[in-house]
Amino acid sequence: MRRVISILVENEAGALSRISNMFSARGYNIESLTVAPTEDASLSRMTIVTSGSEDVIEQITKQLNKLVEVVKVVDLSEAEHIERELMLIKVRAGIKEREDMKRMADIFRGRVIDVSDNTYTIELTGDCRKLDAFIQALDPGAIIETVRTGASGIGRGNRVLRV
Amino acid sequence: MDRIKGVELNGAEIVVRCLQEEGVEYVFGYPGGAVLYIYDELFKQDKVRHVLVRHEQGAVHAADGYSRSSHKVGVCLVTSGPGVTNAVTGIATAYMDSIPMVIISGQVPTHAIGQDAFQECDTVGITRPCVKHNFLVKDVKDLAATIKKAFYLAQSGRPGPVLVDVPKDVTAMVTEYQYPETVSMRSYNPVRKGHAGQIKKAARLIKQAKRPMVYAGGGVILSNAAPRLTEFVRLLGFPCTNTLMGLGGYPGTDRQFLGMLGMHGTYEANMAMQHSDVLLAIGARFDDRVIGDPAHFAQNPRKIIHVDIDPSSISKRVRVDVPIVGNIPDVLDDLLTLLRADAGERDAAALEAWWQQIATWRARNCLKYDRASKIIKPQFVIEKLYEVTGGNAFVTSDVGQHQMWAAQFYKFDQPRRWINSGGLGTMGFGLPAAMGVQLANRDATVACVTGESSIQMCLQELSTCKQYRLPIKIVNLNNRYMGMVRQWQQFFHGNRYSESYMDALPDFVKLAEGYGHRGVLIDQPADVEPALREAFARKDELVFLDVITDQAENVYPMVPGGKGITEMILSEEL
Ligand SMILES: Cc1cc2nc3c(=O)[nH]c(=O)nc-3n(C[C@H](O)[C@H](O)[C@H](O)COP(=O)(O)OP(=O)(O)OC[C@H]3O[C@@H](n4cnc5c(N)ncnc54)[C@H](O)[C@@H]3O)c2cc1C
Ligand SMILES: Cc1ncc(C[n+]2csc(CCOP(=O)(O)OP(=O)(O)O)c2C)c(N)n1
Ligand SMILES: [Mg+2]
Repeated sequence: MRRVISILVENEAGALSRISNMFSARGYNIESLTVAPTEDASLSRMTIVTSGSEDVIEQITKQLNKLVEVVKVVDLSEAEHIERELMLIKVRAGIKEREDMKRMADIFRGRVIDVSDNTYTIELTGDCRKLDAFIQALDPGAIIETVRTGASGIGRGNRVLRV
Repeated sequence: MDRIKGVELNGAEIVVRCLQEEGVEYVFGYPGGAVLYIYDELFKQDKVRHVLVRHEQGAVHAADGYSRSSHKVGVCLVTSGPGVTNAVTGIATAYMDSIPMVIISGQVPTHAIGQDAFQECDTVGITRPCVKHNFLVKDVKDLAATIKKAFYLAQSGRPGPVLVDVPKDVTAMVTEYQYPETVSMRSYNPVRKGHAGQIKKAARLIKQAKRPMVYAGGGVILSNAAPRLTEFVRLLGFPCTNTLMGLGGYPGTDRQFLGMLGMHGTYEANMAMQHSDVLLAIGARFDDRVIGDPAHFAQNPRKIIHVDIDPSSISKRVRVDVPIVGNIPDVLDDLLTLLRADAGERDAAALEAWWQQIATWRARNCLKYDRASKIIKPQFVIEKLYEVTGGNAFVTSDVGQHQMWAAQFYKFDQPRRWINSGGLGTMGFGLPAAMGVQLANRDATVACVTGESSIQMCLQELSTCKQYRLPIKIVNLNNRYMGMVRQWQQFFHGNRYSESYMDALPDFVKLAEGYGHRGVLIDQPADVEPALREAFARKDELVFLDVITDQAENVYPMVPGGKGITEMILSEEL
């Protein structure tokens, strides 16, 4: 089962590797991991997308909590939450393809942020499925390069994760 | 100790001051370039005594044995690069068994980090997976607070080794020194009290139990809860078993004690474990060597109550019904209060029937061995060791068959007397651990039960024993085989003894003598007891007893890997 785990962690050197090491050492998978400082510079917020059985997820949250630098852990997917991911995708956009490509980006509410003679770079945000769908919708031959940030997540409404 | 505030000190002085503040008696270590300033400061004072080992692995095992036998934090000091890598086996050993320890390691100067400098290694990276936590101190201003945190982390919650990596230039830099009085970390708050609702649920289950079983592990030893556990088990009249790490947590000679459980546990302990209807697990982590195949274990329905300070130990391998996260003494106190207030309605007849069932399992006499043997049986040696030491020795062990025989045949009535590497199973642990034990308990009797293969892994420490006059008694159960490996090869690999026989063994008697100790060869059953008596009478001398034992003896019972705990191979004698 796919799970989105949110972590507040001390913004210290080595904290990230401690967390990613734990996943690899115990054989848990990481689909994506994002991290950046929060409004409080002493804390970083991390979103990890992982998957596993109930038991595995329970162990993952326990093992995360056990790490000395981890302040709080929440399994966002236990309740209502929002996920967003940013993708930058460079596609073939010569004279012939331009129109179509622009239209496609519009449909997905993407923005063309860089243009050259034969390429567009499109910026797209959304949940992972939307980004996947965009890639699916393109002719594979049209894609030159993609870069995705991995999902960031936050709880809906009054569900908050802070110290 | 007088608290010195606001003085200017360099990093090396700070390290030593902090150790003094923590009341550290012994630092086990080995010098090198990166820690020279620290060694210089050690030289200038006499509160913290340094024990010079012969290999850094020995330093860590010695600090470990010191801690296990005293409940204090073990402390070691090693240099950068090879000093640290040599220490890793010891650190991982302590980590697996949750031993409180602080390791101070030297590092190349901060400006050289990352330059592939001489004797540089990524200490924090290398040790990360086998420490509770580690720190690299880049600024001397953080040094005292970091060491304070290290000691706090090592001994609170689920204990474990904590490493502090100190670059050489940091040990030379000067700052105002003040040792923090307290530590508070928003990210680290181990619980002590168990959840009251869960404890009530547990008490209810305990009262309803018809076939109860108490399964207590290393957590009881680590939290000094042996007296509480004993009180608890006696009050209830329940049967009790200990894991390899929990031996001594409940008196080994008590009628309610069923012996160790697990892969080499007793028949009665494993049967009672499997057939219990309410299982109370206390500071034990359902290790694979203990419950075997979890699916087989789950075939018999039972309610499980699990007390552990580390939530990740709970429901890791076996689903439990009543998890109680908390410190064992606190939880047992709460449980005792509830049970005392209302002990009624317990099913005495059911408990009686359960004990009768256990008596039939006991009657299998699963630890029986051939007492008439003309060749020395290893079990016999341990029984004699028990008699000769009056059951009061500290016994350290290495890893293999001898370890299991020591665990089965030496009855530990007290905690912290049985010192062995359970989780990592580190050959080479026994002798250096015994050094730490002897230093922590200067006048106590310390025996190291070992095998001819294990002892060779940290043999160099015989020299340390000489230097510090440590009168350890080494009982080498010499079967000329890596017996535990040979046993598996006999059972599971068609008697193909691939590389488990070691040719060209040293003459251990001469070897002991070469290090300035006494060595004794014993090869007749009749000589075992007199030789042990004579050795233990020598209070000031290390005696190396090389006991030539039966090469073919196996450890029974045995649960083959991956099998259920009742699928035991029993000795042919039965
Ligand atoms: C050759 C060999 C054979 C072995 N055979 C066996 C065997 O037959 N039987 C056997 O039992 N073992 C055997 N072992 C050992 C086995 O590998 C494990 O090390 C051992 O079973 C673990 O013991 P434990 O469950 O008591 O846990 P430990 O490793 O001692 O862990 C202690 C537990 O207590 C918890 N704890 C710590 N402090 C507290 C506190 N204050 N409050 C509450 N909880 C706390 C910890 O979180 C942890 O979960 C063998 C090892 C070797 C090398
Ligand atoms: C460092 C290390 N290497 C290998 C092993 C695997 N191993 C476990 S028991 C054993 C044999 C031990 O032989 P010995 O010390 O003679 O004890 P015996 O089993 O014969 O009593 C070995 C090689 C280990 N536990 N530790
Ligand atoms: Mg041997």
